[in-house]
Amino acid sequence: MGSHTLAVQLVGIEKRFPGVIANHDVNLNVREGTIHAIVGENGAGKSTLMKTLYGMHQPEAGTVHVMGELRHFRSPSDAIAAGIGMVHQHFMLADNLTVLENIVLGAEPVSRGVIRFDEARARLTEIMRSINAHIDLDVPVSQLGVGQRQRVEILKVLFRGARILILDEPTAVLVPQEVDELFDNLRQLVNDGATVIFISHKLDEVLAVSDDITVIRGGTTVAEVKPGEVNRPKLGELMVGSELPSPHGRTSEIGDVVRLKVVDITVKGAGSRPAVDHVSFEIRSGEVLGIAGVEGNGQFELCQAILGLEQHTDGTVELNGDDITRASVQHRLEGGLSYIPFDRHREGLLLSSPLWENTLLGRDGDQQFVKGPFVATAAVKKDARQVIADFDVRTPSELVPAFALSGGNQQKLLVGRELASLPSVLIAAHPTRGVDIGAQAAIWDRMRAARDEGLAVLLVSADLEELIGLSDRILVMFDGQMTAQLTPAEATPELLGSYMTGAKQEAA
Amino acid sequence: MTDTSIDERPRHLRIANPKPARNRQDALVILASSLAAVLLSLIVAGLVLWVSGKDATALFEKMWENLTSSNKLYEMVDRATPMIIAGVAVAIGFKMNLFNIGVEGQYLMGVFFAAVIGTQFELPAVLHVALIMVVALVAGSLWAAVAAVLKVTRGVNEVIATIMLNALALNLIDFLFTEYFRFESASLDVKTKPLPTTAWFPELVSGRLSAYILVALAVALIYWLIVFKSRFGYRLRASGVNAGAARTGGIAAKKMILASMLLSGAIAGLTGLKYLLGESYAYGPTRPEGFGFNGIAVALLGRNHPAGIVISALLFGFLDSLSGPLQIAKIPSSIVLVIKAIILLGVVIVNEVVSVKVARRTADRTAAQLEVAGAAA
Repeated sequence: MGSHTLAVQLVGIEKRFPGVIANHDVNLNVREGTIHAIVGENGAGKSTLMKTLYGMHQPEAGTVHVMGELRHFRSPSDAIAAGIGMVHQHFMLADNLTVLENIVLGAEPVSRGVIRFDEARARLTEIMRSINAHIDLDVPVSQLGVGQRQRVEILKVLFRGARILILDEPTAVLVPQEVDELFDNLRQLVNDGATVIFISHKLDEVLAVSDDITVIRGGTTVAEVKPGEVNRPKLGELMVGSELPSPHGRTSEIGDVVRLKVVDITVKGAGSRPAVDHVSFEIRSGEVLGIAGVEGNGQFELCQAILGLEQHTDGTVELNGDDITRASVQHRLEGGLSYIPFDRHREGLLLSSPLWENTLLGRDGDQQFVKGPFVATAAVKKDARQVIADFDVRTPSELVPAFALSGGNQQKLLVGRELASLPSVLIAAHPTRGVDIGAQAAIWDRMRAARDEGLAVLLVSADLEELIGLSDRILVMFDGQMTAQLTPAEATPELLGSYMTGAKQEAA
Repeated sequence: MTDTSIDERPRHLRIANPKPARNRQDALVILASSLAAVLLSLIVAGLVLWVSGKDATALFEKMWENLTSSNKLYEMVDRATPMIIAGVAVAIGFKMNLFNIGVEGQYLMGVFFAAVIGTQFELPAVLHVALIMVVALVAGSLWAAVAAVLKVTRGVNEVIATIMLNALALNLIDFLFTEYFRFESASLDVKTKPLPTTAWFPELVSGRLSAYILVALAVALIYWLIVFKSRFGYRLRASGVNAGAARTGGIAAKKMILASMLLSGAIAGLTGLKYLLGESYAYGPTRPEGFGFNGIAVALLGRNHPAGIVISALLFGFLDSLSGPLQIAKIPSSIVLVIKAIILLGVVIVNEVVSVKVARRTADRTAAQLEVAGAAA
């Protein structure tokens, strides 16, 4: 296998978006017939780079070579024609169609207007054998689990003749056993001469499976290493940089007052199992309680229930000693609760509205922002300017619409809004997701400062460094239940990882 | 990132704040594109007449005659009056992402119950008119409430519900009218019992222009105050822009749906009163028709802005005022419908294109300003 030829070569790629330079001076060399990992933090620019390679947008500078040829992809179909296939993090499958129908969709082998399913089936059987995957082609996709759906996505790409596969965080949704199967398939694939590029920020699996590793930090490629040359801490350092924000060292004390008390909360799930299953905890003033867990294990429903957006079937919620189990969202917000939501675009911001209308959201009950039945526009704008200044939101003014800001600045505005109302309890869901390292450090600083002033924080995060760095206690949520409790001192990413995937904590 | 740099930044950025210029620029782009749609529709209308062998130049001659005749201009304003109100009613829904197609039914309910209940009282003039307006407000509001309650409790799409309610309103009113409220008079003109003169609305220009235009303008002003300036309006617009974020911000979605539909229906209820209090003084089969649908067009054309709605309604009123003269000139007056339809299509298309462009320009400009500011700092 010609492992010396380069399947993909990117030279000096630069990609800008309004307000941010997502990639600059990116160089990537992927040898043919290898598994090449691209690692970097959330927001480091990995996905942007892969979208460039896949033709979803065009770089401002730099060149793309595929199999030694200079290419200019104007759309993904150009990339597909060049033998590149991409498996997205979010699957794009039609639930009601069978596996076979899903795979041929858009690339149907046709003769005289009739789809040649037999021909497709024969080709797919061949492909499945070569990568050692086995899926019943005739069941509807709705009956498949997540791991199998991902397999279908991969087959879809291979069926279109891709020899270079891009996988965007393929293991984010998988349980460990499925991860092993996936890697087994990928290994078979490269043994057959295909090339795999996979994006991840999970260092252990990167070290275990890849032939080469390229590290991206702050939008640029900072290192190319081989798994044998580095260990996990070294790779982590490359990924985060030397300026790793120091997580520890709090000077304030946890207070005595219980700010948020949750007793036996149960939230109905989609199926027969509850999404949140008898969860109880307390958070005191000045305390940060971290919730670790793989996404989709009930964290979202738990936060929604505390905020009052989810009708929980059982349990009580107390805010500053008041029972708010049946209170409206507005009542809870006015009672000192604040919420940094999971998805800032869907739950947090009014994208087409100016920033000052965004900073008012959830705070229009505050008397300083209203004059009789009217909005006190001048006071709101003044407050918005304050939030913008305090949280270093990069914007020309408070009058621009929120969509014009970069993601990191949107998030800073959001965090600023939630802390500006001086809440007593903050629910922070992924407070630094998708923001650059500078913004991340700024947000952490503000949250620590608010905590030192007595803020109680419920921190839900997928970023284990963030969890360990900020939390005073960490609970692990798995399948709707709190399955483990740790102190940040005893919590290592490895230990948390095993609890997050279902390992049971020994009764202490 | 020291404290001083944080404090410095907004001040020097405020000096470079280009917002007024940008606003004016974008407004001009929108205005120009809307005008382009109107011009295009006139050209197409001329072509349609020419192809079908009619005298196309007569259309433009009649337009000019109407524009230069004060009587015809009064007619334009008079015809625009109900469309302003209906446009505002539809726009309230649009601002909240609700499509109230039921304005037609809501104002018919308003007219009918105002006519029926208005004859039950003897009151001094101003009070009598006020009472009738309240009846129309409540009737329109209650009819819209049916759709709102269906949406909030059962998740029924308000488009379906209000379309059905339009049909229901017509039939219900016909039934009530023929069975209970027909006023037997000597003439062949079948109507409900006529309203006493205390309920008649005054005229600004005798026989030409009802003073009801002042009500319509007041409605537009109140709409602006409520939707664009009040806290309730902020919550309504926030729910329209992003229902998920509004919910998370403590704005109860169901309450807002109820409130906005009730408000929209109440305003809709006022639409038909120019006819009732200014023309016929009773409900009859010559009832007003089509203002609900014209209201949708007016709200779209006016981009849900009060001034835009008034201007669009005047434009539509002007086009409607052409139908008489056109018929006299042997030009089918349905050409007016063609013009309206093309304006609307044109504006919808232009809106889409322009709003995407304006959004991209805003984003680019914001980024550019940041770079300039960063270089200056």
